[in-house]
Order: sequence, then C-alpha cells, then structure tokens
Amino acid sequence: MKIIIIGDGKVGYSLAENLSKENHDVTIIDKNAEALKKAGENLDVMCIKGNGVSTKILLEAEVQSSDLLIAVTSSDEMNMVCCLTAKKLGVGHTIARIRDPEYASELSFLKAELGLDMVINPEQAAGSEIARLIKFPPAVNVEIFAKGRVEMVEIEVTQDMAVVGMHLKDIANRFSSSVLIGAVLRENEVIIPDGEFEVRKNDTIYIIGRPSRVYDFCIRIGIHVQKIKNVMLMGGGRVAYYLAKYLKEMDIKIKIVEIDRDRCTELTEILPDTLIIYGDGSDETLLKSENLGDMDAFVAITGRDEDNLISALLAKQYGVRKVVAKINRLSHSEIIRGMGVDNVVNPNFITANYILRYVRGLQNAMGNPVNALYRIVGDRVEAIELTAGTSKKYIDIPLKKLNITKGVLIATIVRQNEIIIPHGSDVIKPGDNVILVTKDKKVMDLENIIDTENSR
Amino acid sequence: MNYRMIFKSLGTVLCIEAACMVPALLVSLIYWQGDMVSFLLSILILTVCGLGLRQIKTVTNDIYLRDGFAIVAFAWLLVSIFGALPFLISGAIPSVMDALFESVSGFSTTGSSILREVESLPKGILFWRSFTHWMGGMGVLVLMLAIMPSVKGNTLHIMKAESPGPAPGKFVPKMGQVAKILYGMYVVLTMVEVIFLLVGGMSLYDSLIHAFGTAGTGGFSSRNASIGAYGSVYIEIVITVFMLLFGVNFTVYYTLLKGNVKSILKDEELRFYLGTVLVMIALIALNIKGTVFKSIGETIRYSSFQVSSIITTTGYATTDFNLWPLFSQWLIVLLMLTGASAGSTGGGMKCIRIILLFKIIKREITKIIHPRSVQTVKINGSAVDEEILSGIMAFFFIYIAIFAASTAVVSLDNKDMVSSTTAVLSAISNIGPGLGIVGPTGNFADFSIISKAVLSLCMIIGRLEIYPILLLLCPTSWKRVNI
Repeated sequence: MKIIIIGDGKVGYSLAENLSKENHDVTIIDKNAEALKKAGENLDVMCIKGNGVSTKILLEAEVQSSDLLIAVTSSDEMNMVCCLTAKKLGVGHTIARIRDPEYASELSFLKAELGLDMVINPEQAAGSEIARLIKFPPAVNVEIFAKGRVEMVEIEVTQDMAVVGMHLKDIANRFSSSVLIGAVLRENEVIIPDGEFEVRKNDTIYIIGRPSRVYDFCIRIGIHVQKIKNVMLMGGGRVAYYLAKYLKEMDIKIKIVEIDRDRCTELTEILPDTLIIYGDGSDETLLKSENLGDMDAFVAITGRDEDNLISALLAKQYGVRKVVAKINRLSHSEIIRGMGVDNVVNPNFITANYILRYVRGLQNAMGNPVNALYRIVGDRVEAIELTAGTSKKYIDIPLKKLNITKGVLIATIVRQNEIIIPHGSDVIKPGDNVILVTKDKKVMDLENIIDTENSR
Repeated sequence: MNYRMIFKSLGTVLCIEAACMVPALLVSLIYWQGDMVSFLLSILILTVCGLGLRQIKTVTNDIYLRDGFAIVAFAWLLVSIFGALPFLISGAIPSVMDALFESVSGFSTTGSSILREVESLPKGILFWRSFTHWMGGMGVLVLMLAIMPSVKGNTLHIMKAESPGPAPGKFVPKMGQVAKILYGMYVVLTMVEVIFLLVGGMSLYDSLIHAFGTAGTGGFSSRNASIGAYGSVYIEIVITVFMLLFGVNFTVYYTLLKGNVKSILKDEELRFYLGTVLVMIALIALNIKGTVFKSIGETIRYSSFQVSSIITTTGYATTDFNLWPLFSQWLIVLLMLTGASAGSTGGGMKCIRIILLFKIIKREITKIIHPRSVQTVKINGSAVDEEILSGIMAFFFIYIAIFAASTAVVSLDNKDMVSSTTAVLSAISNIGPGLGIVGPTGNFADFSIISKAVLSLCMIIGRLEIYPILLLLCPTSWKRVNI
C-alpha cells in the first residue's frame, strides 16, 4: 500500500519504521530537515521536506494515488486540515491524531465532516491502558480482545507460584483448562510453548482467556490478587485526566500531584471530586507527607521521562505495590523494567499499535478483518485477532489436521458468546473471531498460517 | 565497521558478477575462438569465492554510512580484480597489470585501453570488455539492490556511495524499487539503441558492443578505429543522440514517464547540460572550419560527435582531435572537467556541481557589494543545504588535488606535459582518450606499471566520486573502535 505520514516525530518515525518493514511504500512529510534526515538514513522510506497542509507538497507525494494518509504532527488543527485537504485530493483513507480533550466530545461530528476514517488520541489510549493495569495488579501488561471478552495478561513467574516446574499439559489438567499460555519469555528468548513445555522461575508468561477465568487461574496458582483502592498520580497532564476518569468508574480513590498552579486550578474544574495537590512530584518530602508508602499504586505520568523514572523508583523503595511509569522514548522500556518499575507505558507505542492495526485491517479488506493487534515481548511477538472468512483451507477442519506454520499458535476462538480455548478436535467456523499468537511473523490472513510448503 | 556484513555483501556481489559473465560465455560458445575455458574458469572462481563469503554468519545486519562506503569501495576493487581474470586466463592480455587496467577501465566506464589493436582478440573477450561498461555504468551494487529480494532500510548508504552526484535522492519510497526502475529504464534505452544500430546495418554483435559502450558512457569499441571505422553518418547520429541521452539524469526520465513535461523543461541542470553541448559544438565548429574540414556539414558532424562523446565521458572517436587547433583542444579539456549530469551513467565533476560552484561565486561577490545580505543558493527554485554546498567545494578541491598528485606520479615516465596531464584527467573523469600520445588514435600501453596502477586507481576514484576510496585509505576507518 502507498502510505503518506505527515509529521516525523516519535510516533511518525515509529510508524514509518513498522510500515516500511511490512513492505508498504511510505513517504514522510515534515518541515524539519533534521528529523527527516534520520528517517531518510535509517529507513527505506521517501522523505519530503515541506508543509503537509500544502497541496503542492501533497501532490509531490502523489497523494491522489495513495491509499492512506496519517497525520501525526504536534498540532491537532494541522492534522485535521491535512486530512481534509488530502481527502479532497483523492486519498483513500485518512487517520488523524487529535489529542485535545476539547475536541474529544465532538469527535463524531469532526470525523463525519472532515471525512476522517480514524481518530487516535494517544493520551486517552494510554489512560485506558494504565487503568487496565491497575484493575489487575499482578499483571505486567493486559491486552483485550473481542471487545473485552478475552484478555491476555502478562505475568512474571516467581518461586512461590505453584506452576513452577510443571508441564503445560499438567497445568491444564490440575488448575484450569479454560485458559492458555500463549507465549513465554525466558532470558530474552521467546518461546511459543506446546504441551511438553516446562514453566520455570523468572519466566514471563502470557495467559489468554476470559477475564474471570484468568483471574481465577491466577489465584489458584498462588498469585495474591489484592484490589487496588487508592492511587497517586504524579503529573496532571492529559493522560492523568483520562486516567482519572477511568479510575473513577472503577471506584478507585485518586490523588493528583501537579507542579503547575494554573493546571491545578483547571483540574479542579474538570475533575470535580478529585484531590489535587500543588507541588513537585519528584520532591521526596512532598511525596512522603502525602503518605506515598500507604498508596496501593503510583503512576508517574509527567512529560519528562527522567522525573517519571526517578519518582517511580522512589515509590518502589517506599513499598508501593504497583508502580507504573510513562516513558516516551521507545527504546528504553526494557532497561527500565529491569530496574524494578512494574510497568512501563509508552503512549507513542500504543498509538503506533492502534494505527498499525488499522492498516493491517485495511490491507485485509479482501481477506480477514483485523479486530485487534498487540505487539508484545518488545515487538518480537504479535497477538492478533482476525475474523474467519469462508476459505476452504481452514474452515470446518479439526485443528489437529491443519498443518499450521511453526511459530503460530491458535490461542482462542470466539464464537458469538462462546469462548473456546481450542483443542485438537475444535474447528474454525465462518465468522469466528480467532486470536493468534505469532512469533517472527506478520500474519495478514488466516490462510497464511496454513503451511503449504511442507504439508503432509 | 561491521566487517562480517561487509564481506557477506561482497559475496553477493561476486555471485552477481559470475552471473554477468554468462552472456560473454555464450558469445564465446557461438564464435568458438578458444576463450570459452577462460570464462568457465572465471565463473567457477567467482562462484566459489562468492558463495564462500556468503556463508559468513553475521551478528547484526545493521550497516551505517561508513559500512556502505566500505562495501562499495571493496566491491569495486574486487569486481575489477576478478573481472580481469578472463583477459589473463585466455592470454588475450598476458601482463597482470595490463589486464587489471583494462578491467578497471571497463567497470569505471573509462574506456582507456592498453591494447594497440583489438580486432584480433576473441569475440567473447571483447564482449566481456564492453559488458563491464554496461555493468559499471549504472553500478554493480545498484544491480544488487535491484535483484536482491529483501533489501534492508539502510541500503540507502550503498546507493549514496555508488550513484554519482552531490545528493542522490529517491523518487519512489522503496530503495529496491528505485534500483529496479533505474535498471528498467537503462535496459530499455540500451535495447532501443541496439535496434537503431541494427537498422543502420551494423551486425548484432557490433550493435551490442557499441550500445554497451554508449549506455555505460564507456567507449570500448570492437574496432581499432572506433566508430570512425564505419564511416556512416547514420550510425554517428544514432550514437551521438544516445550518448547525450545517457548523460542525462535518470530521474528526468522517470519524471517524463510520469507525464510531468513542464518541470523537466525548467530543470536547471538539464538546461545547463544541453546548453553547454550546443555552445561547445558551435565554438568548435567555427574553430575547425576551414582549418581541418572544408564543408559546414563535415564540421558539424565531427564537432557534435566529439563534444557529445567527451561531455558524457564516453570517449568514442570518429576523428583525431589531436590535429585540431589549440582552442578546440582546450575546449575538449574543459568538457573533460565538466562531465555529464548527476544521476547519469557519465563521469566527470557533473554539471550540477559546476552550476552550484558558479552560484556560490555569485553569492560571494554579492556579499562584497552588500556585506550584510543574506542569501541562499537555489536550484530549481528550492534552497540547497549549506552542508551540500561546502561538500561541493571540498569535492572540487580534492578532485583537483588528486589530479595534481597523480599527474606528478605519471610524469615520472617523462612523457610530454599534454599527454601526462590529459591521461590523468581522462582517467579521473572516466573519459578514455586524452590528448597527445593518449589521443583517440593512441593508447596507454607505453606507460610504466606504476603509472598504470595510479591511473587505474584514479578511474575507480573518479567513478565512485572519491570518498569511498579515500575512506579505505584512512586508517581510523579500519579500527573496530574508531575515535
């Protein structure tokens, strides 16, 4: 597909990187020559210096024959105008990043009037991601499928868990067969496990299943799930606003520490029942006086990665059970996890994920629609939810007879209200939502998972 | 530097060279002049070395600018060395240095020869000699990018190092696609020329040889008297037109294919290139009329062919310009310096650099008149980066510096001034003939081994636009930890 990306910031770069790797023809437009230089030298993309709003530049990028335009500049208005202009010039689809909460309530109007096909709000996405993590504290990461009916939870195995040293087939017999372990990370090696796989200490496992079952399973294998009742947020930006809204729905008490006086006043207006504290969140005495140690969770979401990291480490020191830090620079999350912070959330990465999912879906307009796509284990594994078509290659054939490519696992089949953790005799029916876990592969269509080369 | 990745890429390049020898092998089979064995052996050696290098396990696939430059520099040295094998094994050129010189001259599209006489050589060997022009014209590594299925992102560095011009750009997003389009246009133009030459009554073999020579702007011929041997006005016109066509930036053709004629007419480099050609033809025609040739038709015929041949750095000849008046000879030397357009198959300093150098001078003068004026140098309406401008000035200096240093070495042979300087100039600008004893009717056989080595190096330096080879000569680039 021919894709134009306007704005070569962190999100734009990450998108260009992933999309060009997936063999799309990517053109980046930006006003900043320095930023373009980096993309031009490291990625297989074309760079055009100029203003993405200008029709001349858009035509130079051959907008009329492009399939998709993604506007991710720092300005909402600019993104909207870019998309509008491009649509008038004949681009296939448009995606705009619109982050101002003021616009959030008018999104459907804007979408219709500007001809936007998708709107992405990174802060809102990050907020909902953090809310999911707080809802289920033991998890390092939680991803949802089938509109929330299936969850994938990332958990680190510790010495005292009952599953240590057990084979997967025994785990299924003893604890629960309604969840499945879809991927394991062991010392930097990613494994798509089979029944003979033995779980060891310090593994990171990805459990897939109905949320309640996953929860049960966790309790049975000896994970202490204690509900989080109060949370301290450091930084009162837009992520904090959305997160506060989500947390309030979950009946969790929150306290926001914000360094800017005016923003504090603003927050009191838009978040009426929330405790707002004016002060520097990286100041230890302030955090202590606000009894940081007694908090169930601490979320560091200021605009500065360094402050977030330091405060998160401080909170961990004071014994806060669940510590989440927002980090904007993509590449550092593994290092920071290694330092003891429970979760690292990256809004740009989340945004890129959302858009990638849309692009895959667009590409599959002929094949299977993509409903969800998550990249896990530092980008090396993908969990993808596809709707099954009517291809004879896989429909109504028992899974054990399907010759599935190595590195692909059919994790769950969602058929209307039924959630099936598949076994050898289960079949895929047309219209089912199938959740796959894949390693080193980009699955676009269910037909791709059938290994045709060494069949039989 | 990522040595493993560099050598692995070189393995691929050698395999591609082996594949490129197959057409020459077929030709040698058809004519059966005993050169077949030399090709079979060369292909075997290339394949063994190539596949061997490809077995190298790489730690990472990341290559950076310096690795890209190193790949290109090594690739050209290796390809030239291996390309000399058929000459040596078949015994067509017995001396090692001579065979290497001929091979380098082929790949760098120079077209200088140490052979006093070519018509007695086996046809397969002559075909290979000209085919190296065709490969070298667009570039061996660009060919690799075009045919390798999975091209990584940072291969832009390879393209940058091999393609001529101050800032080679992309015109479609995918590097592999760019290389494919370039080679596609190259193949089509070459085939069209072959057809035109066939119509003019040339044999298929000769048409191919001369089409390769024109397409790569090389200049090897299968005749001792070059194009002049045919004595046909039609063939001269066809070759003149195609030489000029191959001296044009290939992105111009892509724009043309896209149907954007307007922007091409405004292209400053194209205008400068064609303008220079016309002015030079007129000046030389006026100068040689009456002294060398009698009729207007003849003066135009010879001056236009020679001007096109030199500005595109091809080096075909229909007449001996050693016999021309001094003014015309000097204009020829000027054209040797200018060279063709950036992004073409031609060599030399490239028109775009000359245009920009003039614009820089103009700006300097305005600065004296208005000391506080702020100006940007523009080309085709958009400002050129200051970094590129200073790069061009540095390039100009290093070009002249290498030219001067090499001439010093070559002058050890104690030939005359004109011959020594133009020999080096024609090598570094990839032209072929110079003036004096290396003129259109002469050759490089009389130079010493040292001079031939220096000239060979100059040809590769000129073809790769200096920096990749300079990088290899710079000790810090070799160190694993380079500070």
